Amino acid sequence: MSEFIQYTLQGLAAGGFYALSALGLAVIFGVLGVVNFSHGACYMLGAVIAAVLLAELSLGFWVALVVVPVVMFGFGVLMERLLVQWLLALDPLYNFLLTFGLTLILVEAVKLRYGVSGLPYEIPAGLGGQVTVGSVNLSVYAIFACVFSVVVCIAVGLLMTRTRIGMIVRAATEDAGRTRALGINVGRWVTPVFGFGIALAGLAGVLAAPTRAITAEMGSNFIIILFAVVVIGGLGSILGAVVAGFLVGLVEAYGVAYAPAYAQIVIFVLMAAVILVRPSGLFGREEVA
Amino acid sequence: MSEQMTAKVDVDLAQPSILSRRSPWRYLMLLAGLAVLVLLPYWIYPPVAMDILCWGLFAISVDLLLGFTGLLSFGHAAFWGGSAYCTGLIAITWGVPFPVAVIGGSVFAMLIAWPIGWLSVRRTGIYFAMVTLAFAQMIYFIANQLRDLTGGENGLQGIPRTFFGIDAVENDSFYFYYAGAALIVIGIAIAWRVVNSPFGRVLTAVRDNPARARALGYDVEVFKIKAFVISAGLAGLAGGVFAISHGFASLQELAWTTSGKVVLITVLGGIGTLWGGLVGAGVVVTLEDYLSSSGFEGIGLITGGIFVVIVLLFRHGIWGTARNALRRFVLDRRRQSRD
Repeated sequence: MSEFIQYTLQGLAAGGFYALSALGLAVIFGVLGVVNFSHGACYMLGAVIAAVLLAELSLGFWVALVVVPVVMFGFGVLMERLLVQWLLALDPLYNFLLTFGLTLILVEAVKLRYGVSGLPYEIPAGLGGQVTVGSVNLSVYAIFACVFSVVVCIAVGLLMTRTRIGMIVRAATEDAGRTRALGINVGRWVTPVFGFGIALAGLAGVLAAPTRAITAEMGSNFIIILFAVVVIGGLGSILGAVVAGFLVGLVEAYGVAYAPAYAQIVIFVLMAAVILVRPSGLFGREEVA
Repeated sequence: MSEQMTAKVDVDLAQPSILSRRSPWRYLMLLAGLAVLVLLPYWIYPPVAMDILCWGLFAISVDLLLGFTGLLSFGHAAFWGGSAYCTGLIAITWGVPFPVAVIGGSVFAMLIAWPIGWLSVRRTGIYFAMVTLAFAQMIYFIANQLRDLTGGENGLQGIPRTFFGIDAVENDSFYFYYAGAALIVIGIAIAWRVVNSPFGRVLTAVRDNPARARALGYDVEVFKIKAFVISAGLAGLAGGVFAISHGFASLQELAWTTSGKVVLITVLGGIGTLWGGLVGAGVVVTLEDYLSSSGFEGIGLITGGIFVVIVLLFRHGIWGTARNALRRFVLDRRRQSRD
């Protein structure tokens, strides 16, 4: 039983990374209609920047938790202004391919600069060690990562449902044309929303940095799982992205624990099952073909 | 969505008679193409020439879906790599002549494509790309798990090049090129036949207006699945020849970067042009060969950069741009002679 609780916690912590990143992916898709292939690379960049901040400027985890999302926001804004915006009027597949090309460039650039072996990063002071609850040992950092990502998801949820900005973004997601007709300048929100989504991916990267190997390739498999997450949750749905993120994290953790050979495969079987039963995803709306 | 990925032919640029089916120019172009095919291993290192043809047919199989059915598969590595492994296993286990092994691999690719296609066509557009990508990754993990069969990280090594005991083909990559090219040409011919058949016309209808195709009584999903399976078979044919040519099959063949590379080749050649795939493959394969032989390490920077540039500035691709320019030229000249 104690093992089961540990796996659940690990799953929720990993799910937090997925949920945060998938949230960014979903927000960007909702407002811009762009599926950002480079989201995994942005997650990787977040972790790499955190490691570089520590190694070269000796800025620790807590600083990175604030600085990296800001840097990644800037990166996202640049990316949208310089590249993505020119293809927004075209078939969304073009931006999918554009961000794919960008992924190749980012991964290769990091590989050339920092090599293929992992960058070192330690669990921040105060979050190391384990706590014992009854007979169960739980890693403090996993609890922190899990709680932190839930808090961020709730904060983003409140931002979307309780503020005027959130209302505009949701309206633009729903029907950009009609939102414009009501006197809202939708175009003004496109760039910040893109940056915001990228910042969330960077934040997930910082959270993952202490527990995962920081390499140029760390986002390569991550992005595919992320796609499975948003297909399971329903790409248009923000709630779906979060719920499916944690669900996939749990499935993966149980898979690693009880059937290590099939851990990765189980996620895709889950995705196949969702497509079979509810093609539009758990929280997605029906698609008109 | 003002510009569809699968650009419909401009009415203004509709086939002028010089490019029509009975025009002698067409035969001349076909002849020129065959001449290039025959002379290629004289100009460049034969194994590289073989790679170009393999990647070319692979890109054509992707274009069959993307350009003619309107589905972007981002998981075609599953069929290319799946067939590479299966071809290798058949060749190693039974020692049959390599074309038999390649056909076996191709059939295997079609067998795994059927359930994947059946599930994936439930989604369209960008979702289809994501779903096929995820399924291909699943195949990658499965191959990695079946170490006894696939050799895991080491790959499948020592695939023989058996060919009816003909020594020249078995041991000299120059002569092997012609034997392999024959299989590739058959694959291209199948693709061409599919596109220019009543079946192909329905695919185009499904691409341009699925609702109307459905209203006309065509089962849109069934046509998509069939196109997907045919395309996978062609990708498998290319992957099988590739595996025989190199003598090994590795996990790299199944990786999503391979799916991405073939999409790059297709877009670079020109979506919906069929022949563009060969041109795109020629450019990408020789470029990669040149870069890696000159010791340049950041190939991803170059391929990624090409991707960004063609998607932003050059969406018709090489063949598409050339074709449009030719059509414009012919039409202009005709207009002038009329005035």
